[in-house]
Amino acid sequence: MSVENTIGKARSKWMEGTGPDNDVVISSRLRLARNIEGYPFPHFMSEEEANHVINAVRLAVSEKAGAKFPVETEFIDLNELSQTERQILVEKHLVSPQHIESPANRAVVIAHDESLSIMVNEEDHIRIQCFLPGLQIKEAWRLADKIDDVLEKTLNYSFCEKRGYLTSCPTNVGTGLRASVMLHLPCLVMTKQLGAMVNTISQLGLAVRGYYGEGTEAYGDLFQVSNQVTMGQTEDEIVTNLLTVTRQIVSQERSTRKVVLKNNKPFLEDRIYRAFGVMSYARVMTAQEAIKNVSDLRLGVELGILKTPAYDQINELIILTRPAFLIKKAGRPLNAGELDALRAEIIREKLSKININ
Amino acid sequence: MLCEKCQKRPAAVHMTKIVNGNKTETHLCEVCAQVDNSVSFGLDPKWMLQSIFAELFNTPHTENDPSSDAGVKPNRCEKCGFTDAQFSQVGRLGCPTCYDVFENKLDPVLRRIHGNPRHTGKIPKRTGGTIELRREIEELKRELQAAITSEEYEKAAEVRDKIRGLENKLG
Repeated sequence: MSVENTIGKARSKWMEGTGPDNDVVISSRLRLARNIEGYPFPHFMSEEEANHVINAVRLAVSEKAGAKFPVETEFIDLNELSQTERQILVEKHLVSPQHIESPANRAVVIAHDESLSIMVNEEDHIRIQCFLPGLQIKEAWRLADKIDDVLEKTLNYSFCEKRGYLTSCPTNVGTGLRASVMLHLPCLVMTKQLGAMVNTISQLGLAVRGYYGEGTEAYGDLFQVSNQVTMGQTEDEIVTNLLTVTRQIVSQERSTRKVVLKNNKPFLEDRIYRAFGVMSYARVMTAQEAIKNVSDLRLGVELGILKTPAYDQINELIILTRPAFLIKKAGRPLNAGELDALRAEIIREKLSKININ
Repeated sequence: MLCEKCQKRPAAVHMTKIVNGNKTETHLCEVCAQVDNSVSFGLDPKWMLQSIFAELFNTPHTENDPSSDAGVKPNRCEKCGFTDAQFSQVGRLGCPTCYDVFENKLDPVLRRIHGNPRHTGKIPKRTGGTIELRREIEELKRELQAAITSEEYEKAAEVRDKIRGLENKLG
């Protein structure tokens, strides 16, 4: 296993498509923000201090320091990767877009199954991120908690009794914990019920936003729900709150699916088979169109109208057709038109191997 | 000219981008331009958050809280040199010590964001020291009070002994 492997393959653990409630919940993600005592926060650090932090984390995750992770990991200096390779890490959600804006003095630790990544010198010195398929926020918290304990054996965290883990931005202070779930909600969108739900959810200290796309427009009916408050609640309380609300949304989406399927089956079948038809024959496809069609294909499987492809193949299609992945595959820079053509080609090729009936 | 993206509405936003000498031109209608990330109308959500922080940070608090003497407090962190003016600009603090230095101004901000500005979660195992123990004692003291109020004296005695045991550990 090497960096090359992470960048070369589209699959990560979270894309396996398994896990509880996988007909609605695509993945669960949880991150902990931590800082090391005695250093300014990354945005206010000298180059030398940034290097100290990188070396300290490199030591903390190495077996020499006795670090025993439940998963095997690799330490990657962002400067050693090309811009396209760094972009692929973003497309796979292993690092944030902000992390690669200035790659100097920044690093990432990635588990081989990609269920864990640790960003070094992003907004905080350390950001532990766990990423699992389906509704597994509690499991993600357990994993992150363990990793946090391993790092704390070597590193002195900035911690104060009153304010908890101190972070660069006051919105993360306390537990430093941000948990989120990625949800596929085509039927709540179709029946225009989501708007009212978003209002209720935000009153419970949670935020809802579209996963792809900006503002109110969410391509592919993919949404992210996450906690806003990080202080004054225990980690278990935050996780349980998100879990409870997510279960409610899941059951709403499921019952809406049943109703829509009963009343509008021909309309739904048409939408799903059209997506399949376009994906099987299109010659040019934008990223936005691809996500929309993949979402419709997924809906077909969720409703039992299509028997295949499996969820893991669907998740892989989204990542495979992101711009940096396409450029990596082509092995040269592509303009917008070339990107759209290669995207269509890859989707056709993948779908030709799938027998939907 | 029609919008490049939707091909329906007339193009109203014309953008020329030059990156390393490569010139690209984009012509979009107002609707598509708002969706397009590369054309910013100054509504960056991050920027909004920062300006809200700045507002909260600089608002004098006349309620009965100790921050009314904020004027005499230092506006520069002695450890890292970060100033409160910089916080208003970037929405981030300079170093962990800043939390203490700017405490009076920061606490109302934390209360607005989190409601309860006191950490109740995880404590680092190695460096957390006696915090866990002290938190447990506090919890037991509340239990003791409740037991006394409800006149469960046997239980109260039990809890009191537990508290003594833990306090001995603290030394």
